[in-house]
Amino acid sequence: MRAIELQDVHKAFGPTLIIRGVSLTIEAGTRQALIGPNGAGKSTLFNLITGKYPVSSGRIRLKGEEVTGRRPNEINRLGLSRSFQVTNIFPQLSVFENLRCSVLWALGYRYSFWHRVNRARDVQERTETVLEQLNLTARRHVPAGVLSYAEQRALEIGITIAGGADVILLDEPTSGMSRSETEHVVQLIREVTAGKTLLMVEHDMGVVFDLADRIAVLVYGEVIAHDTPERIRANAAVQEAYLGVPQGTV
Amino acid sequence: MSTPTPAAARPLAVDQVSRSGGLRVFGLWVGVALLLVVLPFVIRTPVAVPIMNQMGIAIVFALSYNMLLGQGGMLSFGHAVYFGVGGFIAAHALNLAAGRGVYLPVPLVPLAGGLGGLVFAMIFGAFSTIRSGTVFAMISLGVGELMAASSLIFDRFFGGEEGITTNRAKAPLLFGLTFTKDREVYYLIAFWVVVTAAAMYAFSRTPIGRIANAVRDNPERAEFVGYSPRWVRYVSFCAAGLFAGIAGGLFAVNYEILTAENMGLNASGAVLLMTYIGGIGYFLGPIMGAVVFTFLQSMLSDYTGIWLLYLGILFLATVLFVPAGLAGLLMLHAPAWRAGRLPRLIGPYLLVAVFGVVAAVGVVGAFEMTHFLASAESTRATKRLFGVAVAPRTPAPWLAFIAFTAVGALGLRWAAPRATAAVAEANRPGPS
Repeated sequence: MRAIELQDVHKAFGPTLIIRGVSLTIEAGTRQALIGPNGAGKSTLFNLITGKYPVSSGRIRLKGEEVTGRRPNEINRLGLSRSFQVTNIFPQLSVFENLRCSVLWALGYRYSFWHRVNRARDVQERTETVLEQLNLTARRHVPAGVLSYAEQRALEIGITIAGGADVILLDEPTSGMSRSETEHVVQLIREVTAGKTLLMVEHDMGVVFDLADRIAVLVYGEVIAHDTPERIRANAAVQEAYLGVPQGTV
Repeated sequence: MSTPTPAAARPLAVDQVSRSGGLRVFGLWVGVALLLVVLPFVIRTPVAVPIMNQMGIAIVFALSYNMLLGQGGMLSFGHAVYFGVGGFIAAHALNLAAGRGVYLPVPLVPLAGGLGGLVFAMIFGAFSTIRSGTVFAMISLGVGELMAASSLIFDRFFGGEEGITTNRAKAPLLFGLTFTKDREVYYLIAFWVVVTAAAMYAFSRTPIGRIANAVRDNPERAEFVGYSPRWVRYVSFCAAGLFAGIAGGLFAVNYEILTAENMGLNASGAVLLMTYIGGIGYFLGPIMGAVVFTFLQSMLSDYTGIWLLYLGILFLATVLFVPAGLAGLLMLHAPAWRAGRLPRLIGPYLLVAVFGVVAAVGVVGAFEMTHFLASAESTRATKRLFGVAVAPRTPAPWLAFIAFTAVGALGLRWAAPRATAAVAEANRPGPS
């Protein structure tokens, strides 16, 4: 099954064409990485897939369903969830509240004013589980805004996966992290995306080759290659355009 | 969005409440209800009951306003619209009931107001809540002006300049209850205060209430976990309109008159002031704000013609120095209280209080003399201030008040940082 399908997607901001005809298929159940030099349009592509921006032309399908032109919340309800490059959490709410708010819709509570959240056992349990996965149980009452940077990045991933979406998009989950923090996050990503579809933007090639089954290379708004890590490593066009070296040792 | 670093979690964001915690909360509500029952017997001055009635109405109104501002992050300059419309509809309903057009006993009249507030909030909310922030504030201002203008156009409904009157004594009875005396109305208002406050508290603990906080903090992220920020704001807005309408209905029952002023900009401004002074980050905040504001309003206006100026100064001081409001100031001491270190603060606070009073005497004296000279009273030579006859046309009292102000201000500059440091020290975790 295809988790995400892009068909000849274009995006222009005013006269500037950022995405120039991307066609890309992400198979369900795979972990894939989107790489490319700065300004290639990786985050823009994420924003198109998740509905933050409308496409200029082209079509996007999620698990076979047409989602072109839908709102982010509608796309999320179909089972796609994303994280952000710049930490995007609820700073004044506690860590626990951050995660709880992220499971409410998925568990069917929607806009309910007739349930009491503290008495909703499924909500409490799911939130506790994610807290443990993130290793943030001891920080549950702390306002998210005062967490350390690495903790906030972990929470960012937690908010993304808490709702149980089966298509996960992570935008540079390890950016700005130390070596050991990165290892920790890679382990976390591996755990929480088991059996799910993952598409992530990542600059750390160690992380990319560690996690990804397949890699898509975006250069100047076009996908120039989409293949297994080994073949991407050997691909001359990728080395030329992206890595800037004619051949050799990535 | 970047992530600012708040000093402390909002207590609205409490997570799990254990069974015993739930029982404690229930016990608290029962305690509050009992307190309200005995209050008129404890405070026996004749003006107490009318003022407490006014406070009760203000509490419901301010709590409803905080559903927008504190919980939903919507700064409204037109919340009195829903209070006023609710009041007018309740008054008309009461008149209908008096003519036996409908069976509506007095205790249920606030519900008619609530329904009116809800319907109008559903209409105006449909476009008000598309955006938050400045756009929301501007639209609320526009709606307020629109309704103020409408009150003169639809004068059959709004009664033009005089407003409309009603008479609660003519309505049909429920369980034989009459509402002719202020004290009887007091119990009616107290009942509705407890019911609506409990309902608004419960609302903040529902999924939509929690998500309202999330949308306030970061609407974009809320959208990416499945919620439409606009719809979340709309539901909060409608709920706030409902409770504002109930407050308006209580107003109609209590005062038996409504004018366009009740839904004008001044009324909208007053509810903003009292909510903010009380503290928008706490459920208790608007309650404290409503009580203090109403008390000052009724007390100060007996002593001075420029009481609004003092309320304005109080508001400015809150915004500048205590943005968390009275409730925030109170909660600031929670760690020190738990550690049993509050007595250590008595000294530093006493110093602040002394210099504060000195500065206040100076400022108030200068304002009152200015007011005296600028108003019609000024044919007389002296004015009584702080129990002393002063002569505003001589330099001596001016010099004295300027000296008071200067000494007080300098003293505060010296004492206030010490008090702040003392609080921080007392709140420091660990053994003393």
